[in-house]
Amino acid sequence: MLQMIKAHAIALAAVSMVAATGAEAQAGYGIGRAATPAEIAGWSIDIGRDGHGLPAGSGSVSHGREVFENQCAACHGDKGQGGIGDRLVGGQGTLASSKPVKTVGSYWPYAPTLFDYIRRAMPQNAPGSLSNEDVYAVSAYILNLNGLLPADAVVDARTLAAIKMPNRKRFVGDTRPDVENPACESDC
Amino acid sequence: MPYSRSGKNNFGQTSRRAFLRKAAVIGSAALAGSAVRGASASGTNNLPPNVPEWMKVPGDPMGSQPYGTPSPFEKNVVKNISKNLPQYLSASGRTPLQDLDGIITPNGLFYERHHAGVPAIDPAQHRLMLHGLVERPMIFTMEDIRRFPSISRIHFLECSANPGYKKPYGKTASDLVGLLSCAEWTGVSMKLVLQEAGLRPEAKWVIAEGADAAALSRSIPIEKCLDDAMIAYSQNGERLRPQQGYPLRLILPGFEGNMNIKWLRRLHVAAEPAYSREETSKYTDLMPDGTAREFTFVMEAKSIILRPSGNQRLTETGYHEITGIAWSGRAKIRRVDVSVDDGRNWQEAELQEPILTKALTRFRLPWHWDGRPAIIQSRATDETGYVQPTLAELVAVRGENSFYHNNAIWPWRIAADGEVSNAAND
Repeated sequence: MLQMIKAHAIALAAVSMVAATGAEAQAGYGIGRAATPAEIAGWSIDIGRDGHGLPAGSGSVSHGREVFENQCAACHGDKGQGGIGDRLVGGQGTLASSKPVKTVGSYWPYAPTLFDYIRRAMPQNAPGSLSNEDVYAVSAYILNLNGLLPADAVVDARTLAAIKMPNRKRFVGDTRPDVENPACESDC
Repeated sequence: MPYSRSGKNNFGQTSRRAFLRKAAVIGSAALAGSAVRGASASGTNNLPPNVPEWMKVPGDPMGSQPYGTPSPFEKNVVKNISKNLPQYLSASGRTPLQDLDGIITPNGLFYERHHAGVPAIDPAQHRLMLHGLVERPMIFTMEDIRRFPSISRIHFLECSANPGYKKPYGKTASDLVGLLSCAEWTGVSMKLVLQEAGLRPEAKWVIAEGADAAALSRSIPIEKCLDDAMIAYSQNGERLRPQQGYPLRLILPGFEGNMNIKWLRRLHVAAEPAYSREETSKYTDLMPDGTAREFTFVMEAKSIILRPSGNQRLTETGYHEITGIAWSGRAKIRRVDVSVDDGRNWQEAELQEPILTKALTRFRLPWHWDGRPAIIQSRATDETGYVQPTLAELVAVRGENSFYHNNAIWPWRIAADGEVSNAAND
């Protein structure tokens, strides 16, 4: 109860302060505390499509093959053909067909997203367990399986961001409402 | 089991429990008429003129269920979870819509979709971090969040793939559109929390991230964040269930379910979207020409008849109430029309109040079934004037591979014997 009263008092103080200064930018309740740079660094894992946020380090296709066989193949198939997990390889040229195959190679618009996703969510049984080097390497291997990197490639922040994914220009905005029902009421 | 705790009590429990075990469970799938007639396997001993057995002994005493659960006779009203999924960590479970009334989904039956299982989060150790293009990067505890001015609002949540565009379509209403539920959410306006940190002028998107093993992330336009977005901690009056994001989640009214990030741990204010895996390779809508629509957020107006609906049976001719739900991610529902003659003629249904924006709205129409085969369907119109389309109209524009945002009209076929099935599967 005392805590509630205190909270209320702080909120009132904040509100009256705003009223006094009239500064909208200062509006606030005085709730929460500052996040330290170290705390932010530990949690902020977003990688931009341009590679912003990619960490130091690098990984080779050949090392990526080992990582993939140990960590990924059980669900995604030994060649990324899919299984319990998504198919990762192939499908280029199928998106406009009646049976589109959406994979990293055929559908994903940005290569850095591969690093972001693997690091945050894979392998499913132990997300976050791979080193940055392993994530670079397995990203490189999946891109190699899709014909987007040579077998002797090594990727780092710069080279991963430089890869032009085949489908990157095929995304468009939301054009809905895109269908019009005339709402016939009788003798339709 | 609901009655496992009652063994601690000794007020006539033996006979009562024995009776309950013997009694046939009356399935809820049947329509009201058959349920009323469905005298239990123990015969007619409890029917007039006899006095029912449960009036002759005291019932369960106070405290037999510290957290109440449904009657054991309702044991079949549970989430609709496919038995044939390749795996159950990234999976979904559906609300049994056809077994529910009103517009509020009970918390235990709220649909589930998670991408790496349900985390078990200690709220004392949960933090919300707010950083990026803000004046003051901040961290909030759950106690902090609950100190903000609170709001409560009723909104639906719907998975963007509910259902897909290809046959076979589901047999029941739950199979078809059961990735849909509606609740009263309580929390804090997202705008207040963002203002606490101070948005910089370049702030255009907020990347929200969950504390699940997928660290699921989606980007939300700043306009939505400053409009009706909520950071919620309660659902239908109690704290969120773990499956719904305990202890903290986003509610983005009218936006596709996966964006309403559960187990919310981080808000990254940015100048552009994250282009995360979920918003590029997953929740994008592939068009027939091979292009794909991205950032398709809104769930458009939709409705479905729940009674009568697939796998139910009309056991008698004569009066039946047609009832269902309508909803729109853009606005309130303005009207719902119902056809009982395969779409040739439509009648306006009655809308049950309250009619709330971006919430389920219950509709009903009295109907006399003459015993002949019929096809019944409903069509919603929202306040923007948008009319729920037919499946054919949608497919003509989007093809069959766009997977998401199918808000088609669903026709139910009623056969001469009263069996109800999904006419779209014919």
